[in-house]
Amino acid sequence: MNSIMKKARVLLTAYYAYMLEYRAELFLWALSGSLPLILMGVWTQAAQSGQFGLTAEDFARYFLTVFIVRQFTVVWVIYEFEKEVVEGKLSPRLLQPIDPVWHHVASHLSERLARLPFALGLVGLFFILYPQAVWIPSLNHILLFAIAVIFAFILRFLIQYTFALFAFWTERANAIENFWFLFYLFFSGLIAPLDVFPENIRNVLLWTPFPYLIDFPASILIGLPVNILQGMLVTLSWIALFFIINRWLWRRGLKQYSGMGA
Amino acid sequence: MPIISAENLSKVYPVAVKEAGLKGTIQHFFRRTYRMVEAVKQVSFDIEPGEVVGFLGANGAGKTTTLKMLTGLIHPSAGRVRVAGYIPFQRKSGFLKQITLVMGQKQQLIWDLPALDTLKINAAVYNISDKEYRQRVGELTEMLSLQGKLNQPVRKLSLGERMKAELMAALLHQPQVLFLDEPTLGLDVNAQVGVREFLREYNKRYDATILLTSHYMADISALCKRVLVIHQGLLIYDGSLEGLIDQFAPYREVQVELAHPLPEVKLMHYGEIKSIEGQSARFLVQREALTRTVAQILAELEVIDLTVTDPPVEEVIGRVFSAGGVL
Repeated sequence: MNSIMKKARVLLTAYYAYMLEYRAELFLWALSGSLPLILMGVWTQAAQSGQFGLTAEDFARYFLTVFIVRQFTVVWVIYEFEKEVVEGKLSPRLLQPIDPVWHHVASHLSERLARLPFALGLVGLFFILYPQAVWIPSLNHILLFAIAVIFAFILRFLIQYTFALFAFWTERANAIENFWFLFYLFFSGLIAPLDVFPENIRNVLLWTPFPYLIDFPASILIGLPVNILQGMLVTLSWIALFFIINRWLWRRGLKQYSGMGA
Repeated sequence: MPIISAENLSKVYPVAVKEAGLKGTIQHFFRRTYRMVEAVKQVSFDIEPGEVVGFLGANGAGKTTTLKMLTGLIHPSAGRVRVAGYIPFQRKSGFLKQITLVMGQKQQLIWDLPALDTLKINAAVYNISDKEYRQRVGELTEMLSLQGKLNQPVRKLSLGERMKAELMAALLHQPQVLFLDEPTLGLDVNAQVGVREFLREYNKRYDATILLTSHYMADISALCKRVLVIHQGLLIYDGSLEGLIDQFAPYREVQVELAHPLPEVKLMHYGEIKSIEGQSARFLVQREALTRTVAQILAELEVIDLTVTDPPVEEVIGRVFSAGGVL
């Protein structure tokens, strides 16, 4: 246990230092997640004309929260992993007595930490520009939101890492991710809150992994009505499913990788 | 008890085949055909603890494939292999802690950070205590003369320093068995000597077993008493380096810079002429005749410069192959 904690600490510290090497990039990365802020403009305008269940302030808060969720759940493991496989850098990692995935996990987690100040700055800026949208969520909601965001990150990471494992069979695994991203864009709540979707579509979507990556945690934080228990259970089921597929593909993939000459 | 033992080790790869041109590309897209390539065929050898063994062969002869089987990166198609009492392909933690593989250009160092950060990660990964970590880093820094280099970003290091830092990262856990694939590739002569000296010292100090490939004869002759030669997947020689050279390259190369150009007839009787370009000539001279011939050349010709070198390892191996000899 002690040695696991030490490994985690050292990996995080090293990758945190690594992330801080890219000061300018960090700021740009945080900014590049500002699609929700643009969409916020579009939707608050649309809300002025009525006919949605949500007010302009609701939309503003929703997309601000989407922005925050995105900051915590950005994942790029597929690009790194694909590079490692194609360039053969996976081989030395396989000869260390630790699963190579922990390097990726550590780099993602420490990047969260490194970009946090920039993200907080942007949130502050938003409240200065748009004071009527300020709201204080209850401690309860913040706690549930934190759990939902952690789940969202785990699920998003697992899904993308599972796609990444196809790099063992094809040189361009990120094509899968790009295709999947289209669905993610529309069904996760990134472009529009699930609340404005037609009822029957929404009911179907609630059984898919998509809403739990963005809409679900965002709705919790701004206090929209969500079925928290069902949401958490569905997320956990998807996490479990992808975990099983992931481990299976990993074993099959390693055989393939070594078969082709590592 | 041998620490490395390979018995009838074989590896067969599928390699995708594609005809040139558009037609071939379309065929390749719809129906991929594969050709089976036998990279390693029935290779057997034992290596005792503490031995330093050179592993020779032309590019594509099967050296790297064999190293990958010995480290457990790839599964042998047939045969048995045991390293340090383990079956490599299972990659048990106890096995991984006893071995290391260094492959020339593939760096495990994190490019934008100082090497010390990678070393810290490795220390944690291999469960090395802080005290031991400091002691080993100090020791290796000294052996590799890397003082002051470890806290610069890796990208700022020279190729030689980077290779040394790479070795340091690969050896921090004090492995007993070292597999080194071209550890001196691309280094200048000083850096080559540095790495060579270090490996010799490491072997002596920790009684570690080393199996290394190199294209530089000097590496092999400085470090290895024993060599394995592999050709087209077959192990064709296993024995002392002297034996290999005597058997397949019992000659040395003499290069002479003459004061005046001389015709071929005047030089012929000194040795087998490889080339004459203006004032400089290159001969192959039998080993036992070397001193006599050099003395003769110096006495009889007006010589500006004369150098004697070992034939390049590729050439020795080339002779081994053309002799076709399985010994």
